[in-house]
Formats: sequence, structure tokens, C-alpha cells
Amino acid sequence: MRRNYLGEFEELVLLTVAVLHEGAYGVAIADELERQTGRSVSLSAVHAALHRLEEKAMLNSRLGEATAERGGRRKRLFTVTALGSRTLQSIRETRNRLWDSISPQALPALGL
Amino acid sequence: MKPPRWADRLLERFCAPHLLEEIQGDLHERFERRRVLFGERAARRQYIWEVLGFLRPFALKRKRNTTSTTYLVSPMMLQNYFKIAFRNLVRHKGYSAINIVGLAVGMAVAMLIGLWVWDELSYNKYHQNYERIAKVMQRGTFNGEVFNGDFLPLPLGTELRTSFSKDFEHVMMSSWPGEHILSYGDKKFTKTGRYLSPAAPDMLTLNMLAGTRAGLQDPASILLSKSVAQTLFGEGDPVGEIMKIDNKLDVKVTGVYEDLPFNTEFRELTFIAPWDLYVSSEEWVKQAQDNAEWNNNSWHILAQIAPNTNFEAVSTKIKDLKLKHAPEVAFVKPEIFLHPMSRWHLYDSWDKAGKVSGRIQYVWLFGIIGVFVLLLACINFMNLSTARSEKRAKEVGIRKAVGSVRTQLISQFLSESLLVVTVAFVLSLLLVWLILPFFNEVADKEIAVLWTNPVFWLFGIGFSLFTGLLAGSYPAFYLSSFQPVKVLKGTFRIGRFASMPRKVLVVVQFTVSVTLIIGTVLVFRQIQYAKNRPIGYDRNGLITVAMNTPELYGRYNALRSELLQTGAVIEMSTSSTPATHLLSKNGGFEWEGKDPNLKAQFGTVAVTHDFGKTVGWQFVEGRDFSRQFSTDSSGMVLNETAARYMGIKDPVGKTIKWDGRSFHVVGVVKDMVMESPFEPAFQTVFMLNYDWASVINIKLNPTLSISESLAKIETIFRTFNPGSPFDYKFSDQQYALKFAAEERIGKLAAVFAVLAIFISCLGLFGLASFVAEQRTKEIGIRKVLGATVFNLWQLLSKDFVFLVLIAFVMAAPLAYYFLNGWLQKYTYRTEISWWIFAATGASALLITLLTVSFQAIKAALMNPVKTLKTE
Repeated sequence: MRRNYLGEFEELVLLTVAVLHEGAYGVAIADELERQTGRSVSLSAVHAALHRLEEKAMLNSRLGEATAERGGRRKRLFTVTALGSRTLQSIRETRNRLWDSISPQALPALGL
Repeated sequence: MKPPRWADRLLERFCAPHLLEEIQGDLHERFERRRVLFGERAARRQYIWEVLGFLRPFALKRKRNTTSTTYLVSPMMLQNYFKIAFRNLVRHKGYSAINIVGLAVGMAVAMLIGLWVWDELSYNKYHQNYERIAKVMQRGTFNGEVFNGDFLPLPLGTELRTSFSKDFEHVMMSSWPGEHILSYGDKKFTKTGRYLSPAAPDMLTLNMLAGTRAGLQDPASILLSKSVAQTLFGEGDPVGEIMKIDNKLDVKVTGVYEDLPFNTEFRELTFIAPWDLYVSSEEWVKQAQDNAEWNNNSWHILAQIAPNTNFEAVSTKIKDLKLKHAPEVAFVKPEIFLHPMSRWHLYDSWDKAGKVSGRIQYVWLFGIIGVFVLLLACINFMNLSTARSEKRAKEVGIRKAVGSVRTQLISQFLSESLLVVTVAFVLSLLLVWLILPFFNEVADKEIAVLWTNPVFWLFGIGFSLFTGLLAGSYPAFYLSSFQPVKVLKGTFRIGRFASMPRKVLVVVQFTVSVTLIIGTVLVFRQIQYAKNRPIGYDRNGLITVAMNTPELYGRYNALRSELLQTGAVIEMSTSSTPATHLLSKNGGFEWEGKDPNLKAQFGTVAVTHDFGKTVGWQFVEGRDFSRQFSTDSSGMVLNETAARYMGIKDPVGKTIKWDGRSFHVVGVVKDMVMESPFEPAFQTVFMLNYDWASVINIKLNPTLSISESLAKIETIFRTFNPGSPFDYKFSDQQYALKFAAEERIGKLAAVFAVLAIFISCLGLFGLASFVAEQRTKEIGIRKVLGATVFNLWQLLSKDFVFLVLIAFVMAAPLAYYFLNGWLQKYTYRTEISWWIFAATGASALLITLLTVSFQAIKAALMNPVKTLKTE
């Protein structure tokens, strides 16, 4: 059985690939992550995470087209696989269940 | 606006190829955007950081080659590799021979030197108490010079044994090693041995083959080595037999021990007699013991320290013993110390400042030479192999085109070079085995190949592996990286600097060789210089016979007249030392005008009236001892150095006092070289004394053949001295022995120099042939255009001559520096003249030209039609 545990960063990357849909490749993912989380994200970290996710069969990849700003090099485009999507779903369900079981008084007020 | 180039290069270097495109693309894209947003500097900085960020396992890890299913070790391919390797060797026969023989010779030399060094370092290790045995020695300072000696007073041994019993496990007295006559029945032999304390067998851990180690407890006993026991008793059991020492002492054999190995200090200890027997039989020794003579330094003392202490601590404790008991010699500041057995052999000489050195210098010297020769041979081998392997670029191309993977090519080339190295290794073992007897003779050793020693094999095989892998690495890793297309199309070229290491090698090789040649020439010049020195007496036809039995004493005149009657002898005399040795030096001399502070020391020799005529000394002043002057019984003959040393103008007729006795000088002789021929003669005095005699000097009749004369003399000795074998020594041989150490070094240096030159020339020859082959086309075209053979010869030889000249310029100061240092230790030394360098340089050049010319002329004589036609 494949391990379907995901690290926090991996989860974020996997989600971002889903967000970007067809145009998910290294730079785009890093940019999107920076925009969404507000932290600076290095390309190597993203590539490492993509590599791991692909090994875990949660991502598929193919080579895309080349652009001039890449010096004529092709990009690798990623899509989420069924396993990836199922894992994301199950994480979300777990989280939801947990959220639902928290009694409103248990969390300190957020200043609202 | 590009990202930093070096960072890109770095990325290309470390990043796995299958990931490179996407990663680099992403990096560049991001760089481009950052440049627009934050400016170029920031973008470049961040780019570098991003690149470094990719130093992670996933990016470094290469993708496994999934397409190839070739087995690395398939029997078919292995067979092919061997076939190709063999064909390559056979096809270039001369070349392979040069390569293999060169390496084998280098390895053999290194092995020989290694064995020699091993032998030197394992000296004396036969004794199990090696770590705790020491020689007791004394040190003194006299006229500003430090003297070290191992001759000690007898009571010191008693003192050490009784007052320091906690520090010493054994204290052993020893007579100096000397020749004695051992006789059993009518068998008589002269053998070397010593009188030792009963503790000796335990201390030296003798391996007893019969009897026990306690055998020396009985004062009338003797222990024999196995070889002596066999010569005296044959196969019978010697234990319990009664035999004689020096025809006067009856002793019982109480044990037989295994012969001590050649590489021990005691290798000449062929029998051991008890110390107490020595004391009771020699009156003067008994006197020294009874009167506790602390000033009679005539014996050796050996000691084994207790397990809980060390040499330094004991040395400090016993330091002042001599000073305490013999305060009258306080002016030389005597110090007693222990000299550990581990240092006996390699650190056995002290210079005038008291600094210790010895054979360890030669161990280092030859060790370094060995490493150099090995290095030369090894690099030579690599160079020739790599030069040759460039020829095989096409083979690599074809193999790759047909489907070889790189790892296959790597393993092919590596195993091929290992194969060649293995052949060389086996050959070198064979060479060592063949050369070893000759080497042993030159080096005065009994070395055997350490066939069963794992260290030996570890070194040998380790080195072979190292050389093989290193030599094979160039073709294996460099050639296998060629693109087959380029190689097969012929557009591939070897870099401009590919020949650079080869040139450096030639220079290094010739530097070493030229240094060795200069060294060898100089060592021999130095020996010749000392040999040509006038020695002040005539050693031709001079023989000496030791006076080792009581029968020879008191019958001087009878023996002399009998000997002269035979006609085989021109003259005979006795003396206290042979002319080739100065055995006794004494102080206590006084003369008129002597500086009262000078502690004068003279060599003292007792002679008879006929001594002068026997050895043929030459007078500068005065006359020889004569029977016509009865006053000559208190006469004295000085050598020139002694006359100078005393500072007397006209010494003849002057009076000299020695220990209260007055002597008058009758003559002055030319200096006789009795000690080292490299040192100035020692101030020596000769006195008449018929009782103080230890050798008989005989001058043979030159008109008779030596064997005839000796036969006649032997019959006389047989009647006078029936208890002793007739053993004689030729003085010229004894004198020649003084050069043994220098000659040994000279011979070894010569052998190594020849080998170094040989290996260097092999390398040069190989390289020259390689260069000539590479330039075949060029030479062809030059010939077509009108170049003469001489032009071409010049063209091909020029480079090598230039390299050898550089080597010479480097070697000359190097050799001068080392040899000047070596010569400094000799007082009589030849000068380092310029012509030695000139001659060596010229001969090195000549050898180079001869080596290179063969190839150059061969290449120049080739028919251009043939060379240009082939493609």
C-alpha cells in the first residue's frame, strides 16, 4: 500500500498544482505559493516536493512547450492523479471532521 | 542579461542530466522576472542561491540507465578483452617489452631496497629482550671534543649489579669479541667468541639445542653454537665433552645453542665461555677486579633493565658513577649512560659535538632512492601506457558504436592495465630472486625474500594495484568519454597540453639519474683519493699471525732464525698491534716544553728491533732501532704527526717521559696510515718491548710464490705452536677492508644509478618512438618538401635534448649540495671538481641522443611515399 501521508509543504504544492490546473510547472507553482502563503519559496524546494509527489504517484507530468525566456528549454507540466486527488480529499475530510468536533469554547477567541 | 555563467556551469556539472532541462529552464525564467522586478544584481545573487539550493539528493541522483541490459561480466566479453589485450601486447612487442621490463626493474629495485631497509630495521630483533637490553657506555669531553666509548672499567659492572639491583634484571660483563683457538683432540680451529657472565643465555634468549641456559654457572664450561659444535664434534653429542680454549684452558661443553642470525650484533658469537674463567686465567683482569681498577677501560658491560623502568631513568641514576669512583678523570667529565639495543645498529657513531648518527643515514638515503626509482618506473609506465592508449581511440569509437556501455570500457581498460602490471610484478619477483645473491654479497647481508610475510605481499600487491589502476585510469575514464562519432570521423584531437606531464616526467627522471651519476662518480673518486694516499709502509707480501697461545712467547729469536732459514721470509718481527691497526692510545706523556694544560694522548705501539725492516717504514730524521746501541731499549720512534704535535724542533735525542719512564727519541718516521685512511694519522710513538706483543709480522720473500712461502712458514709454526692452527692475515687485504663501507656505498650507488638511467632511457625510448610515430605524416611531408635526414633528426631530438638540459641544470646544484655534505665528514677528501659535472652532463646528453636518435633516424629514413599513402 502506498503511503498517502503528505507533509505540509507537499500538501501545499499538490493543492497548488490543482489550483493551476493545466499550467502547473516549477516557476508558476512557486509564484502561486508565494502569493497565497506570503512566504518566500525556493525553486529547489518546489522541485524536490514535485519529485517526491511524482514518486508517490500523486502527480503525473509531461514536457510542455519551450519559451524564449527559458532559453529555449521545455517546462515540465504537472497534473494531479486520481490518487493525489483522493489523498487531498481524505486530508480535507479528516480536517473537517476535526473542525466539526471542536467545541466553540475550546479555541481561544480570535479577537472577533 | 544572463545569469552568472559559473553558477550555470556548476548546475550543469552536478545536476542529473534528465532533470537539467526543466530545472535550468525554471531558474532562467525566474531570473528573468526578478531582473525586471528587482534589478540585475539582486537577481544574480538570488540565482546563485537558488542554484545552490538544488544541491539535494534528488537533483544529484543520476537516473539509472534503463535501456541497457548488457551484463558487465559476460564470459564472451571477458574473452574478447583478454584477446584484445593480448593482441595489443603482441602487436607492439618492443613497446610492451619496454613497458613491462621497465616497471619490473623499478619494482625489483624498490623491493630490494625495501628488503634491505627491513633487514636494517629488524637488526637484533632476534633477541626477545630486545626492548630492554642496553649497552653501558661512557661519554667524555676531551679538548673540546666529545668521545663515546663502550669500553668500561670492570668494577662498574659489580657496582651496577650490587647497588642498582632494582633497576637491572641482568648485568653482563663481556670481554671484547676476539679470536680464540678451540681444540678437541687433534681438531683445532680459530673461532670468534666472548667470555660472558652466566646471565648471557637468558638475557640474549639463546635457543638451546642441547644442555641448558644455566650452563655457564660452572666456571670451567663452554657453550658452543651449533656450527662450531658440528665442526669440532661432528654429529656426536658434544655435551659433557672436555675441550680446550687457546690451548691452555680445559673446559667442559655444557650446551649447544642455535647459531645467531646474520642480522644480529652477536652474529660472530660462536662460543661463550664463562666470565669467571676469564678473570681467573688472565692475570691483568684478575688484578683489575681485585684492585677495583676504575681507570682500566677494557671491557664491555651489557645490561637488561627491569620491566618497571626505562632507559632514561636508569641512565640518569648511573650517570655519575665513574666520576664518583675515579675522580682523577674529572677533567673529561665522564658520564655513564645506557645505549638501547634498538639503537645499536643504526645509531652507532657520534660526531665530535656528541651528536649521534650512523647507518640510519644510509637507510634514509637508500629508502629515498628506492622510492624515487619506483616512482620513475611507475610514472614511466603510466606515461607509456597513456601515450599508447591514444592509439586506441578508434577501438573505443567502434566499441561504443556497437553498443558498449561506458562502464564496460572502464572495466576493460582497467583490467587490461592490471594484467600488464601483474606480469611486471611476477617478473620483478623473479628478478629479485635472481639478483638477491649478488645483492647480498655487495651489501654484506643475508637477506631472503619475505615469501611468508604478509606485510611484504600487502606492499607488493597494494603497489601493483595502485600502479595498475592509476595507469589504466587515463584510458579508462578519458578515452571512454569520447563521442564515437567524432572519433570515427577523425575530427577528434588530443589537447595541446596532453604532452606536458610527459615532459615534466622526463625532466624529473633525468634529474634523479644525473644526481645519482654525479654521486657515484664522486664516491669512487673519494675512495681512489684515499687509496692513493701514501701510507708510510709497505704492505705488499706482509702477513700477520696472531700470538694467541703461550707457546709463542719468549722464543722470539729462535722463531726468527728458523723462519729466516727457510728463505721464504725476508724479515720477521713482533709488535703490539698490526701495522694496519692502532689498538692502544694512552695519556700520561711529558716532555720538555709541553704546555702543562695539554692532556696529551698518543697511540702507543710496542715493536722489536726488526719491525722497521719488516714493514718498511721510512725515516725523515734520525735512525731505526738498532741492536748496536744498547741504550735503544729506552729508545722511541715518533711519527711525523707526533713530532709536530709535541712542537719539538729537532726531536731526535730529546727525552720523553711516559708514566715516569724516560725515553729518548732516536728517529722520526713518515706517518703510517694505521687507522681510517680518510683521517689524518694519529700521533703515535713506537717503543722497543719484546714482551708486549700480540702479532707476528712477516715479510714474505717476493721471489718465491706466496703459496710456497706459506707452506714453509706453516711447518715452522707447527713445530713452535702445535696447539694452534696456522692462521694468517694479509696486510694489504686488511688495509683494503678499511674502504669496505665506502666501497659498499659506492657499489650500491653505482647499481642504482645505472638502473635509474636504464629506466629513464626506456621511458625516453618509448616516448621518442611514440612522438616519431605521431609525426610520421609530418615527416613524410617535410621529406617531400626537401628536408634532409639531418634536419629531421634535429627536429625530433631537439625537444628531448632541451628537457635533459633542464634536468642537468636542476641536478647539478642538488648533487653539489648533498655531496658536499657527505664529504664534510672526511678529513682527507677529494674536491668536487667542475669536470665531474661537465662529464656527467655530457654523458647524460650522449645517452639521450643515442636513445632518441635511433627512433629519430628510423623515422627520418622512412619512405615518404609509404607514410603518406596510408590512411
